[in-house]
Amino acid sequence: MQPQFVTDYPALEPIFSVGDKVRVRKSAPLGHIRTPFYIRGHVGEIERLCGSFPNPEELAQMRDGLPAIPLYRVRFTQKDVWPDYRGPQSDVVEIEIFQHWLEKP
Amino acid sequence: MIERGHHDLGGLPAGKVKPTEHDYPEWERRVDALVQLLRGGRKITVDELRKNIEALPPEAYDKLSYYEKWISSLTQTLIQRGVITTAELGRKMEEVEKRCSRSS
Repeated sequence: MQPQFVTDYPALEPIFSVGDKVRVRKSAPLGHIRTPFYIRGHVGEIERLCGSFPNPEELAQMRDGLPAIPLYRVRFTQKDVWPDYRGPQSDVVEIEIFQHWLEKP
Repeated sequence: MIERGHHDLGGLPAGKVKPTEHDYPEWERRVDALVQLLRGGRKITVDELRKNIEALPPEAYDKLSYYEKWISSLTQTLIQRGVITTAELGRKMEEVEKRCSRSS
């Protein structure tokens, strides 16, 4: 049986490790973007590496999105993201973000 | 400049979410099947579909139902991919309209 999804594509090396602090790039280019607007510019912590996947910004424009880009689950503190947040200080929001949207804070 | 896409509304005030139960009419099931077949056959990607949904004019984005957005976006994607042409689509739509007006 043919595999449904190709997973052995060329991929970029991950540059962040679990626990690293990262800042989401504050940028608003045109195109198809999977990084939510509300999280851009915020600092979070790498929770895990999810694997590497073809770049959806390129796939959306009918190109192959290769090399695949490392995708991280990044953990943010709710209070940092929403200044008027009324829940416990320990509450977090986790968002999956591609490596090219992250930088060292 | 466009700072923020109309669809990208996380964190904006939006009122309460009202959950409702509903059955899917036949045309919505067909749209779903079309998308699954075209994606499974590697003819289109989910990212193109999303791009074309995000490209809807804000009024249309707010007004159209879930599957109405899907079928608009799927149609746009198939035209961009060259699977169908705008002319073919236009002729077919006229044909279907005539058929419907005769049977009603």
